[in-house]
Amino acid sequence: MVNKEIVVVGAGPAGLAAAIEAAKAGGEVLVADLNILPGGQLFKQIHKFFGSSAHRSGTRGIEIGRQLLAEAEKYGVEIWLNSAVIGLYDDRVVSIEKGLNSGEKELINIKAEKIILATGASENVVRFKGWTLPGVMGAGAAQTMINVNRVKPGNKVVMLGSGNVGLIVSYQLMQAGCDVVALVEAAPNIGGYGVHASKIRRAGVPVYTRHTIIEAKGTDRVKEVIIAELDDSWQPIAGTEKVLEADVVTLAAGLKPISDLARLHDLEMVYNGVFGGWVPKHDENMESTQSGIYVAGDTTGVEEANTALEEGRLAGIAAAESLGYIAEKDAKERKDDTWKRLDGLRMGPFGEKRMYAKNEILACFPARS
Amino acid sequence: MSKDLDDDMFVCRCEEVTVREIRQAIAEGARDVVGIKRRTRAGMGLCQGRTCEKMVQQILSQELGISPEETGTSSARPPVKPVDFGTLAKGVQ
Repeated sequence: MVNKEIVVVGAGPAGLAAAIEAAKAGGEVLVADLNILPGGQLFKQIHKFFGSSAHRSGTRGIEIGRQLLAEAEKYGVEIWLNSAVIGLYDDRVVSIEKGLNSGEKELINIKAEKIILATGASENVVRFKGWTLPGVMGAGAAQTMINVNRVKPGNKVVMLGSGNVGLIVSYQLMQAGCDVVALVEAAPNIGGYGVHASKIRRAGVPVYTRHTIIEAKGTDRVKEVIIAELDDSWQPIAGTEKVLEADVVTLAAGLKPISDLARLHDLEMVYNGVFGGWVPKHDENMESTQSGIYVAGDTTGVEEANTALEEGRLAGIAAAESLGYIAEKDAKERKDDTWKRLDGLRMGPFGEKRMYAKNEILACFPARS
Repeated sequence: MSKDLDDDMFVCRCEEVTVREIRQAIAEGARDVVGIKRRTRAGMGLCQGRTCEKMVQQILSQELGISPEETGTSSARPPVKPVDFGTLAKGVQ
């Protein structure tokens, strides 16, 4: 058993931001991530972010990832890659399957004083006949293939879902040389930002709103995709079927928080539809119902990179404060500033419902004994 | 979401559990994700339900007229990620 002050699970924006804040204050921080590259989803985001200058608008996600990583290294954060956290046991013992340079793995249990869970989210699937055929995948998976691994998932793509992920990944698939033959959306209107939707429309992608996929057909992989129009109760209308020739179906149907480690350590959970499912309850320090275990980012409710980053900062500051590295007054100021920026990110037609959802979660936190 | 789901469609692809088996489990008394898991093994494969749990929740709420929240969630057990026996056999540091 090895001792560490702070163990962060996940090297995405939330985990890296938490690690930076805690290490900057003087804490000893280890970050474990199961991927071979740090940065979480940031390294897939080749487009420029927008928002306020405080959130590096105009900077590409991949660049934000590089900056975070450089900062983490500057403050001496230890990062273990290719290292999955496989268990979380009583009294904050973190079990890690550490990836070694030799390619082998070894199991290491770490006794942590503070744990920050920033495990992110996983993609939802959509069920239709043939959804298990090779060629059907999450939009995020396709984005990893083209932007990280530089492999085309296929040639002709049907994208299901027109939220920002569906729109952005459609555009990036075209940049990678794929033909997006249809953007299919069950709702009457496109879900994502107008700026992303316009790019798709200008590129001439056929958009089918009030439609869904009925079936993906093929023997050993997708060859054809059947779509149909939906009626007011979201049921396919017989006779409206269209057959599209395609070898890839990408699903952009939202994400759900990854909470298995939280449940292993008996963190109290609460269901929240806006945030994608079950999430750990937490207070304004991002501390869970288990003392010394903090949560941040999509694992506390699916939002976006900037909210994840700010929540990570909160968790990092709070963990460092409780270890005595930051004085209460200083910590309070920094946490208040972070909450102000978070409130700013949760405004407007897209953000407001997330503000309410977050307030509901904060409100249900039980009094600490 | 189409009501008339094809009975032969896979829900849990790791354990190859179909819609028919999920419906059968509900007919036998399963009322939540854990009940389905115990009867059919849905969610007990490599991905530990990461892919199918939401679909199981949807089928449960559709068939029983309950909210997704009422369908619960499966219990988590270590290891939450697959570990090969060779690594386990070397012991823990």
